[in-house]
Amino acid sequence: MTQNEKKIDEFTGTETTGHEWDGITELDTPMPRWWLIVFYVCIIWSVGYWFWYPTWPTFSGDGERGGTVGSAQWTQYKQLEEAQAEIKALRAEYESRFEAASFKGVQSDPTLYAFALAGGKSAFGDNCATCHGTGGAGASGYPNLNDDDWLWGGTVDDIYQTVSYGIRSPHDETRFSEMPAFADILSDSEISDLAGFVAAKAAGVDMPDIGATLYADNCAVCHADNAGGDKTLGAPNLVDAIWFYGGTQGEIEAQIKKPKHGMMPAWQDRLSENTLRQLAIYVHSLGGGE
Amino acid sequence: MNKLNENPIYNNDIVKLFAIATVFWGIVGFAVGVFIALQMAFPVLNFGEYLTFGRLRPLHTSAVVFAFGGNALFATSYFSVQRTCRTRLWGDNWAKFTFWGYQFFIVMAAIGYVTGVTQAKEYAEPEWYADLWLTFVWVAYLVVFMMTLKNRREPHIYVGNWFFLAFIVTVAVLHLANNVAVPVSFLGAKSYPAWGGVQSAMIQWWYAHNAVGFFLTAGFLGIMYYFVPKRAGRPVYSYRLSILHFWSLIFMYIWAGPHHLHYTALPDWAQTLGMTFSIMLWMPSWGGMINGMMTLSGAWHKLREDPVLRFMIISLAFYGMSTFEGPLMAIKTVNALSHYTDWTIGHVHSGALGWVAFISFGALYHLVPILWKRDGLYSMKLVNLHLWIATLGIVLYITAMWVSGIMQGLMWRSYDSMGFLEYSFVETVMAMHPFYVIRAVGGGLFLIGALIMAYNLYRTARGDKSPEMIAAEEIAHA
Repeated sequence: MTQNEKKIDEFTGTETTGHEWDGITELDTPMPRWWLIVFYVCIIWSVGYWFWYPTWPTFSGDGERGGTVGSAQWTQYKQLEEAQAEIKALRAEYESRFEAASFKGVQSDPTLYAFALAGGKSAFGDNCATCHGTGGAGASGYPNLNDDDWLWGGTVDDIYQTVSYGIRSPHDETRFSEMPAFADILSDSEISDLAGFVAAKAAGVDMPDIGATLYADNCAVCHADNAGGDKTLGAPNLVDAIWFYGGTQGEIEAQIKKPKHGMMPAWQDRLSENTLRQLAIYVHSLGGGE
Repeated sequence: MNKLNENPIYNNDIVKLFAIATVFWGIVGFAVGVFIALQMAFPVLNFGEYLTFGRLRPLHTSAVVFAFGGNALFATSYFSVQRTCRTRLWGDNWAKFTFWGYQFFIVMAAIGYVTGVTQAKEYAEPEWYADLWLTFVWVAYLVVFMMTLKNRREPHIYVGNWFFLAFIVTVAVLHLANNVAVPVSFLGAKSYPAWGGVQSAMIQWWYAHNAVGFFLTAGFLGIMYYFVPKRAGRPVYSYRLSILHFWSLIFMYIWAGPHHLHYTALPDWAQTLGMTFSIMLWMPSWGGMINGMMTLSGAWHKLREDPVLRFMIISLAFYGMSTFEGPLMAIKTVNALSHYTDWTIGHVHSGALGWVAFISFGALYHLVPILWKRDGLYSMKLVNLHLWIATLGIVLYITAMWVSGIMQGLMWRSYDSMGFLEYSFVETVMAMHPFYVIRAVGGGLFLIGALIMAYNLYRTARGDKSPEMIAAEEIAHA
């Protein structure tokens, strides 16, 4: 047995416990009073809290999702409802007026317009920015919403329809168009001539050669004689130096041969009517609304 | 009795192996951490499928917690249990099996992570085959430790060993309960957990929280209880405090897990229990800090002379800070802001870098000269340099994460006067970028510190002495 010799530690004047391990001894200091008090306070506070809030499972499985209810009658769902009610109250001030007003009416009322822009910006950030960018600047294959080039029209009503039903989406009302793959229709050299013609026309040079004939025969029906496009068909303007899939000879050829077709989802079933209308007004405000 | 005066021949070889593994895996784990911190700041650094953040993140967490921390626990527990029981570690071959078996588990888990094998449970990502293997290794560890305790030639079991034992037993229970799974096929890696839905979530966070509680807290308190009084040359401050804080810590920690699932499908009653037990846990956690820090009373002057002791005391300060922050973050209203934000990451790292790593560094600096039978460390100046570089790294890391986390939480919940969300998610991510860069710098400093330590320990093991140490010895002899 190790000698159970209790010694007095010189520095502290406290007795040791008399045990020793590898030279380590222990003082028999009482527990710090403040430590004990805080510990007890935490316990008492917790026990009190147990009566106030749902804390213990019930044998019967009754109560708040199988637990005691607590005298505060608190549940996390109630707290959620209260938090949501605060937000709803903030919006309610404007919401009914917004619902009743036409797009024109909203745009001419500064308060309602500010409300629409705030709601639209918020919804845009969480739903649209993924493809169109936070500022709506787009990317290759995703239209820039800040310019005045609109594939399907840039009035608030046009934008509302695009947002609601999408483009080439599964929705019945979707906007839809499909450019044929001219690889099956024209020869490679014809496509090359055609692409050269389109590129030159975009640069402001008219080339009255074989390309012009090919364009008139194959493209003008949708993209228009002046290559200014047709918004009713979603046919892009080819002479505004804004390119969806790139404007080099090679990129234009690739698009003529086997066109890429983007897809935008229909948001009608995912966002509320108010949010859709706010989005339309917000996107319209970004720069190039018609 | 005569027996007491025999000088037992301790098994130092096994401790050497674990000490080397601790340093090695520490550097691997810290380096991966710095890399994934850079990936967060610069996503372009995600190369190919094997080196994406998603696969490297569990590699980092497992490497630091289980490989670095685990090996540190093996090394220090095997070292101190022999000395506090005055008997050789039981079962040389069993001990050796725990070493090679544990390293094999680490490698098996790591290969799984980078190749995309995971059961998607945080801190329990290894699939069933690795879990099964770890179970064998862990039982061997328990047997070695218990048999050594049984063979002890001291009447009482030292408090450090209570903590080590609590750690080993509880981690076994946690590991088994959380990893009950049905493999899809005998030769396939994929399995499905036996638990489903919210029960599965509850068991997962009961596991993960107590991995923090018993692996990273109880285990490392075991380290603290041996190495701090040893290094300070002072008696443990209060025996009574050690009893009360041990039992209250053990009893209360195990309930606190549900605070990871506030405001989820978990029933309110379980959330409340988790929260209140977390608050009651505050003082039991601090008991360890008080006992460690107050052990220095009568030896505070040693802090001026001994950077190794400084490592241990700073670790206790970080321990105190993060065990206060933990209960605070468990309170529902605070959690509503902090949960899912970087604040949690900052909290974890103030505990992991500040407490777990620093107490391990202190122990390693103490151990290595003894294991390799050297008079002292190669260079105390380098220890001091390590200390300050690493401390600066931690401070940069956690302050960046506090600011970024609280900002993130506030941005998420921010509404404008008309009742619309002020910020989109991507705007919150963009706002965090500068803090991600600062975090990576902090982590980089911490890694540099660890490399300095590795160099210093290597030179120590070789028996070298820096000019500064030779000069100091000459002064001592004069």
